[in-house]
Amino acid sequence: MSIFWNFWIIGLTLTNLALLLWVLLANRKVAVSDDDAPENRTTGHIYDGIEEYDNPLPSWWFKMFLASFVFAAAYLAIYPGLGSFKGLAGWTQVNQLEGEQQKADELYSEQFGMYNAMPIEELARDSDAMKMGLRLFANNCAVCHGADGGGNYGFPNLTDHDWLYGGEPAAIKQTINAGRTGAMPGWAAILGEDGIRETTEYVLSLSDRDHDAELAVAGAKHFAQNCVACHSADGKGNQMMGAPNLTDDIWLYGGEPQDIRQSLREGRNGVMPAQQELLKESRIHLLAAYVFSLSLPLDEQ
Amino acid sequence: MSSNLVKAGDHPIYDYRVVRQFSIMTIVWGIVGMGVGVLIAAQLCWPELNNLFQPFTHFGRLRPLHTNAVIFAFGGCALMGTSFYVVQRTCQAKLWGGWLVPFTFWGWQLVIVLAAITLPLGLTSSKEYAELEWPIDILITLVWVAYALVFFGTIVKRKTSHIYVANWFYGGFILTIAVLHIVNSAAIPVNLFKSYSAYAGAADAMVQWWYGHNAVGFFLTAGFLGMMYYFVPKQADRPVYSYQLSIVHFWALISIYIWAGAHHLHYSALPDWAQSLGMVMSLILLAPSWGGMINGIMTLSGAWHKLRTDPTLRFLVVSLSFYGMSTFEGPMMSIKTVNALSHNTDWTIGHVHSGALGWVAMISIGAIYHLLPILFGRKEMYSIKWINVHFWLATIGTVLYIAALWVNGIMQGLMWRAFNDDGTLTYSFVETVQASHHGYVVRFVGGVFFLSGMILMAYNAYRTAQVAREENADTSSTAPAI
Repeated sequence: MSIFWNFWIIGLTLTNLALLLWVLLANRKVAVSDDDAPENRTTGHIYDGIEEYDNPLPSWWFKMFLASFVFAAAYLAIYPGLGSFKGLAGWTQVNQLEGEQQKADELYSEQFGMYNAMPIEELARDSDAMKMGLRLFANNCAVCHGADGGGNYGFPNLTDHDWLYGGEPAAIKQTINAGRTGAMPGWAAILGEDGIRETTEYVLSLSDRDHDAELAVAGAKHFAQNCVACHSADGKGNQMMGAPNLTDDIWLYGGEPQDIRQSLREGRNGVMPAQQELLKESRIHLLAAYVFSLSLPLDEQ
Repeated sequence: MSSNLVKAGDHPIYDYRVVRQFSIMTIVWGIVGMGVGVLIAAQLCWPELNNLFQPFTHFGRLRPLHTNAVIFAFGGCALMGTSFYVVQRTCQAKLWGGWLVPFTFWGWQLVIVLAAITLPLGLTSSKEYAELEWPIDILITLVWVAYALVFFGTIVKRKTSHIYVANWFYGGFILTIAVLHIVNSAAIPVNLFKSYSAYAGAADAMVQWWYGHNAVGFFLTAGFLGMMYYFVPKQADRPVYSYQLSIVHFWALISIYIWAGAHHLHYSALPDWAQSLGMVMSLILLAPSWGGMINGIMTLSGAWHKLRTDPTLRFLVVSLSFYGMSTFEGPMMSIKTVNALSHNTDWTIGHVHSGALGWVAMISIGAIYHLLPILFGRKEMYSIKWINVHFWLATIGTVLYIAALWVNGIMQGLMWRAFNDDGTLTYSFVETVQASHHGYVVRFVGGVFFLSGMILMAYNAYRTAQVAREENADTSSTAPAI
């Protein structure tokens, strides 16, 4: 804060409060001296029949007002408020936050830390650990993936054994730590609307859905030219790139012909945000185990 | 009547036409705005109601329609109508301004209609209580300048030596709202329907809440205190309690409110010093706010018995009680540690409504019940009994509303900060939404109570206007009916 703004803030604050204090003290008693007419209790003004009594300020109210000034003076001495003056207590909202975080870390790191050394496969079968995982999931993941991990339009189902980037413990942990960004480009300019129609019929045929066989034949050529690099020749996808398996009739953005055409036209760029900085290592370890446990057979969950 | 009543024939013929127009539209917009409020309250209980006419009836589009309709349409018409009435009668001068007077009325109605069209269409600048896009903002500015010219022009022409305290408050409200509106709405247009704020980041947030809190402080407080200072002593037929108190609390209120907006941004990117100042000034604000309540309620000393027979006076006095309660609650919620619990919960919405329903709507309703017989040349309202029924509907509705949201708000705040022993959060967000359902239903019922009172008022007003106008009442007074 520059010197000008510093004094501007302090000056305005103190001037306002000082003027107000003056108005309060100067108008404390009656407005009109009543020596001449002690019976007169009004100011003498009449507006449309409304008169005004010349009562002094109620004393409890006057004292309450003064007390708020005293509080203000004390508060502005202790806490930041008067320009760049930091306040005697040295309080800032950032150091309050950091203090609370540090306290929480000390308190809870043991709780989470005791699971750090356990491998994820084992952790996923530890019911106490998984209760903590569930709570972490409910507050951090459920907004997109659903409270049951069943996913949503554009947000993968985590319970179905179909993994975009792999379902091994290490891959899940990597996904949570660093996030993922889908990169399916749009094909409208290259394929044209006819090409998109034909390719769609071919993609439908990969998972044995109703399709136009004639168009699918033409679509197969487009597929071979443009799609196999990521989705591979058999359409089973590639987890290294997060390219989905197109043969299993599981659809992140809908499996109806119009949905597939839309995916082809404009591409898809789903984003899973990185959690590393937010959740920290030991919580992510637990979360990865919880996500892993979601696709375990029921009796093991 | 008071022996100090201005002698008949002493004053010019007042312009009641515009006051009558504004009074009728106060009731009409009240029903519209509160009706939308009841609908969106119902949507929070039964989300399928969002789907009436998607996307126009989505909560996100109707919510600003509700706030704009009740604040600027209902509240605005009440303020403009009563201020034009009060400034004439306390200055003993006919409204100045010629064509500016009907321009103010019709211009303001046009603003409201444009808001009612553009907000459901999703056209919004996304600034709370200032959602209207830039062409409408310019129209608001023109209408507001006309309003100010008429009001202050009439004050200049006054035949009284002093300016009555009600006009200080109306004047302060008119001037400050002009400044707030122009500064906060400054934007760079992209096309006719879209603009971007002239400010960025934390500065934009600070300007927005400087505006937002003073929409409360000046539009919904100073303006309505002006209303209070005329209609309470007039309806009670008693002198104002303390001239000195009105001086002190007027200057304190208008100079301190301007600082308070930062309390909307506690624990945010706003610098610490600005947050602290916002909180300190909000706490100082308690006494000036209560000054107005004391001056209104103490005006009744010697006339308390009138509350038994005069439901209009009851509206005015109960509104002051709600004013006192919500201006105690406000400073408390501005304290950082309290705000850490209350922020983003329903408590805030409950707080706003204890001011909006309990204070703003009730004092307006009382003032309109005072005005209607005068404006239609009748001795009293068609049915005093119905005013009484309206009073109870409004009071019960308000209490149900704010109690439900206190419970919901504090519950949400506590659930959000509840931790398990292992440091994980006890509840997920959706669990707090589920837990809020019952409170939402009670809030909806409270809103229905309040709305039905307004509909009863409209019918009462209609019948009052209908009845033959033979019994030409003395226009300078309304004797409360027994």
